[in-house]
Amino acid sequence: MTTLTLGAAINAGLRQAMTDDDRVLVLGEDVGVLGGVFRVTDGLHAEFGPDRVVDTPLAESAIVGTAIGLALRGYRPVCEIQFDGFVYPAFDQIVSQLAKMRARSGGLLKLPVVIRIPVGGGIGAVEHHSESNEAYFAHTAGLRVVSCSNADDAFHMIQQAIHSDDPVIFYEPKRRYWEKGTVANEPSLGLHQAGVLRRGTDCVLAAHGPTVATALAAATAAEEDGYSVAVVDLRSISPLDLSTVRDLVRTTGRLVVVHEASTFFGLGAEVAAAVTEQCFFELKAPVLRVGAYNMPYPPAQVEDHFLPDVDRVLDAIDRSLDY
Amino acid sequence: MHMAPAETPAAAAWGRLLDRQVEDLAMVQFVTPDGALTPAGEEYGVDVDLAQRLHRDMVLARRLDTEALALQRQGELNLWLMSWGQEAAQVGSIRALRQTDMVFPSYREHAAALCRGIAPAELMAQWRGIRHAGWDPSVSRFHIYSLVLGTQTLHATGYAMGAAMERSDEVVAVYFGDGSSSQGDVNEALNWSAAGTLPVLFFCQNNQWAISTPTTTQMRTPLHRRATGFGLDAYHVDGNDVLAVHAVTDVAARRIRAGSGPGLIEAQTYRFGGHSSSDDPQRYRTQADFDLWMGRDPLVRLERLLRTLGVEDDWFKELQEESDAFAVDVRSACKALAGSDLCDLFGNVYAEAHPVLAGEREQHMAFLAALESQGEA
Ligand SMILES: Cc1ncc(C[n+]2csc(CCOP(=O)(O)OP(=O)(O)O)c2C)c(N)n1
Repeated sequence: MTTLTLGAAINAGLRQAMTDDDRVLVLGEDVGVLGGVFRVTDGLHAEFGPDRVVDTPLAESAIVGTAIGLALRGYRPVCEIQFDGFVYPAFDQIVSQLAKMRARSGGLLKLPVVIRIPVGGGIGAVEHHSESNEAYFAHTAGLRVVSCSNADDAFHMIQQAIHSDDPVIFYEPKRRYWEKGTVANEPSLGLHQAGVLRRGTDCVLAAHGPTVATALAAATAAEEDGYSVAVVDLRSISPLDLSTVRDLVRTTGRLVVVHEASTFFGLGAEVAAAVTEQCFFELKAPVLRVGAYNMPYPPAQVEDHFLPDVDRVLDAIDRSLDY
Repeated sequence: MHMAPAETPAAAAWGRLLDRQVEDLAMVQFVTPDGALTPAGEEYGVDVDLAQRLHRDMVLARRLDTEALALQRQGELNLWLMSWGQEAAQVGSIRALRQTDMVFPSYREHAAALCRGIAPAELMAQWRGIRHAGWDPSVSRFHIYSLVLGTQTLHATGYAMGAAMERSDEVVAVYFGDGSSSQGDVNEALNWSAAGTLPVLFFCQNNQWAISTPTTTQMRTPLHRRATGFGLDAYHVDGNDVLAVHAVTDVAARRIRAGSGPGLIEAQTYRFGGHSSSDDPQRYRTQADFDLWMGRDPLVRLERLLRTLGVEDDWFKELQEESDAFAVDVRSACKALAGSDLCDLFGNVYAEAHPVLAGEREQHMAFLAALESQGEA
């Protein structure tokens, strides 16, 4: 058991995976000598050398396309996309190539590629550096999509993602990179299991990545008002661990889904539909969503009003309880 | 000592320069780092009046950078990306274009932007986190910044298609970096513009680095040679020599205007600062690298030449005073920038009314009203 920041935990997880298996490679822009713009790959270049920690030319499509080629030869590449908003040049390679190649080969090929993406807002950045684009990838069959929210998960989930024989989109909540947490020696959950962080009897909050801390803070605030609110960290977006969510909803009858991405066609809509199908008679209120408005991520000065915060989550809990 | 432009007919000079370019892609330099004229510079001649104007542009641009970085350090700006060191490449090129030529910048083209009349406040609004873009491109003929690397090269290509269809004699200029040239978009733009004989001027500021990645990691063949493979007229210039940049851009723009198809200028320069105010360049480049390029500073070089050509000390003093006053304006303009309001942004997303946005705006207003009444209660 050690204490690490979330960013350092991913670094440690990568180092462990690279030590365990010399077919694990890291590729990305500025991941080598610099250690990445968030320093998540710090020291790996010095330790494993330039063949295994590759500073790539500046081309995301090339990073993912090349990773596919390496994977076809038996390597396990871990790509870093510098910021969420810069993954789109690689969209074709991810969606039409990486995601589909196994099915296209009739199940013959394995594509163990991990694509790490620092995601979300809250760091006062300029445009394209604060986006939440999980829905695009979750909507693509053939990809697994996961999202870590704390140092312990970061350390274990990155290794589990690397062990997966399927392509994994691995989201890292960039505004939480510097938050510290204890890291256990062994993982407590599988890669695609949701984690129940707090039990409660009145309402359930489901969140992932950067909004897990927001949900926990809202649950604490609600407790002061006399409400007992459960919090579940979804951790995996595709596949979704619906059974964990369902079990909690069955005891409370109320669910609010919180994420940074826009609610329109988002993760919350999928969770709401699935939970409604499975728990229709137990629900006491419609499943509510707290997320972004359907607009490009705004300039930093107004991001605090744009991002789901404790007030907006509490407002949703109130609305749910009012039904 | 003054060489008036009339003594060296520009047409003849640019013709000769171009012949040399086509034969040999050696880097064009008119002024050495010590401020002496090279044989090519002698031959082309110096328009002292122009040189003074370019020098003023560069001095003011550098001042904006210094002030903006200081404002960032004081927390007045969230981020700043300096054009420090690249003033000659930007000023020399944009001043050789017509004000009516459309320009597609990347995100570090502050010196070029100032030349197009964009105010410091308009530039800083983006980095203060108030707006995504601070100016109206239809006024300045300077498009909003593109932060997703290389994408603007295709926008310029499309814009030039329109110009070609309309038989206009516009040149569409586009700025991008050495790192960006690895993007598919850039290579698609080079190819298409050449295949379509389109009036695009690609201007690459090769500042040697893309964050921590050196140009040698991006490419094996220098970009100006790659461009010839695509079928563009290519030029290679000392990007820290504003007079050479100006002349080469003038040559390239004339050829493009005459209908010969796209051109590419690779300007060798250096980013003196970090990639941005968040970057620590000491992690990846040496002091010797920095010192080498410091010795090639574009402003020092031109000042030396101008002094040799007899420009008086008084002129430099006046420019210094102008720069000091400009700095005061920059600081106050930054602090005076009005804030922004999320409520105003719902209407910017679509050109036509949109029910989802309209509904969300209402929802947001209701939420704010509820918060306010809770606060009062
Ligand atoms: C598509 C894309 N990928 C990554 C980035 C992140 N990024 C911003 S600037 C930069 C380096 C750009 O280098 P270069 O094109 O040489 O221009 P310079 O910054 O040196 O002016 C990177 C990797 C981005 N903005 N867009």
